Amino acid sequence: MTSDQKTPELRPPGWKAPNMSRDEQDPPTKRRNARLLQDYGVYGALLLLVVYNLIFTENFASLTNINTQLVQVTPTLIAALGMALVIGTEGVDLSVGSVMALAAALLPLYLGYGLVPGLLIALLGGALCGLFSGTLVAVAGIQPIVATLALLVGGRGLALVFADGQLKDIHNKTLLEMGSGKVLGIPIVVLIALVLTLVVGFLVRQTTFGRQLVAVGGNRSASALAGLPVRRVLMVTYVISGMLAAIAGIVATARLTASDPSSIGQLAELAAITAVVVGGTPLSGGRVRVLGTVAGALLMQLISATLIKNNLPTSAALLVQAAIIIVAVFLPRLRQGGAA
Amino acid sequence: MTAIQETRREWLAGVVQRRGSVVVLALVVVISSVAFDSFATVDNARNIAMQASFLSIVALGMTFVILSGGIDLSVGSVYALGGVLAALGVQSGSVVGLLLPLVVCGGIGLLNGVLVAYGRLAPFIVTLATLLGARGLLLAITNEGATTRVMPRDAVLTKIGQGTVLGIGYPVFIAVVLFVIGVIVLQRTKFGHSVLAIGGSGEAAKLMGLPVARRTVWLYTGSGLLAGLAGALAAAYYASGVTIVGVGLELDAIAAVVIGGTLLTGGAGTVGGTAAGVLLLCVIQNVINQIGTLSSYYQSVVSGAFLAIVVAIQAYLSRAHLGRG
Repeated sequence: MTSDQKTPELRPPGWKAPNMSRDEQDPPTKRRNARLLQDYGVYGALLLLVVYNLIFTENFASLTNINTQLVQVTPTLIAALGMALVIGTEGVDLSVGSVMALAAALLPLYLGYGLVPGLLIALLGGALCGLFSGTLVAVAGIQPIVATLALLVGGRGLALVFADGQLKDIHNKTLLEMGSGKVLGIPIVVLIALVLTLVVGFLVRQTTFGRQLVAVGGNRSASALAGLPVRRVLMVTYVISGMLAAIAGIVATARLTASDPSSIGQLAELAAITAVVVGGTPLSGGRVRVLGTVAGALLMQLISATLIKNNLPTSAALLVQAAIIIVAVFLPRLRQGGAA
Repeated sequence: MTAIQETRREWLAGVVQRRGSVVVLALVVVISSVAFDSFATVDNARNIAMQASFLSIVALGMTFVILSGGIDLSVGSVYALGGVLAALGVQSGSVVGLLLPLVVCGGIGLLNGVLVAYGRLAPFIVTLATLLGARGLLLAITNEGATTRVMPRDAVLTKIGQGTVLGIGYPVFIAVVLFVIGVIVLQRTKFGHSVLAIGGSGEAAKLMGLPVARRTVWLYTGSGLLAGLAGALAAAYYASGVTIVGVGLELDAIAAVVIGGTLLTGGAGTVGGTAAGVLLLCVIQNVINQIGTLSSYYQSVVSGAFLAIVVAIQAYLSRAHLGRG
């Protein structure tokens, strides 16, 4: 890269590289384009899709529709925020879907004592799940995929045990109001997601913890040698991811007006990973893109909504999603100077 | 610590890593036989073997992929797709019914392999995409999951799924034969050795002149083929291409491979261990059903706890292994 940038200064004006592929002729520009595409591609795609819908889809610009789309994406988005942090540490958290189910199952158990104990126990459950994965990853040195896979398998089982496999209706008024209520025309759950996005964004950009997280994800052994508390950073990251997943589970329960641990959070881990990856956060760690993740989640939601509105079936939506994931992970490859 | 102790500990670590799952399986079987009258019966053993056969075929392909340091998340969807394609194809004859799933599922595996090997994309994310894609394909050919095709009772393929010898179903024999081939391939062939070399260090394997990319393509193709075959056999056994099966099957397969002592980092593990891992998962499920008072939800709790314990022990052992250096 450095040598490529220096050489043009040594060349006489009008000099052309003989017999070189286009790739080699102008790598800085090409790579800059690839970088721009990776960093801002998701916003561009989102914008295109919004413009398309504004022109071709009836009632797209209505407040009702916008609210519906935003509300639908909320649980995925909240879980994806935690996932972005974990992926930033070069990890992955497969357990978020099961943790959502666990939080949903724990919530009604203590709702009899009031809303706050119910919420606290659900959050505590999420935090403990995060602590469990975090310990396996940070202390025992197990790869994140397996550590969180254990919780993915066991967590939903535990949720079903707690709930006795049953769907429980929620009667708590405040919780129901949280699920369907609005403030100034904006659904409360969307406001919750907005606040959480700001908090996570602040955490990543403005705090010591955020810098440490990115450093650990970029190079774990160098961070350890530099004296960073690597284990603590990893543990806290997984705990945050667990708590965000719990909040996602609570939000999903409030929206559904029932706690259904067998359906809540099914495949949520895949949706969250997709949002993060499409949003431009590299799986190799060392970088967390919070706004990109939000855009990624919105993009995937809008794609399914657009396909459904145009009467295209679920199968088409799945195939399009698959293609978009591949494109999203292919872009960083271009930046590294083309695939092999 | 003296040198002798260190060596003995290392030796023990290696043995536990390789044979641990077999020992635990034997223990669980012995305890369950004593505890439950209905466990150690021929009928129950047949049941367990039948259930294990489909998962084990999927896990076999997964073992090779994981040994090479990769992962294949798409197998659950591919398994379901294989079943649906078998039920679709068998309408025009059993040969088509068997070839159609193998060709399409092998093709999906090939796509995975090409993207991983030549696109140099992370296996985790590539196979996540094909997980979604294969499920989409399945929905597209089943009228969005509304059509479940029934396989004719008298078709040869259906008979392969349902036929028995000495009371043991053909799929069990097929699984056993495939595992024997798997053991031979891994231990006795250049292909098997190069898979271990790639898993140990892809970079070193490449420098040694091994055709890493080509091997990788084969591995993922094989995984797709086996998942499709397992799906086709399961569909034949149930005599219909059920559209909702296979969700989360990839996780069971990975769990079985890891419990069987194969390192997720690649480079070390055995095919036999995977067989023990699959049987262990199926026996646990069976035992929980036997207890009766426990709800079936405990099954996944136990499997998850098991997985966590096994990987924790593995991590400890592999550190003990490296401790010498």
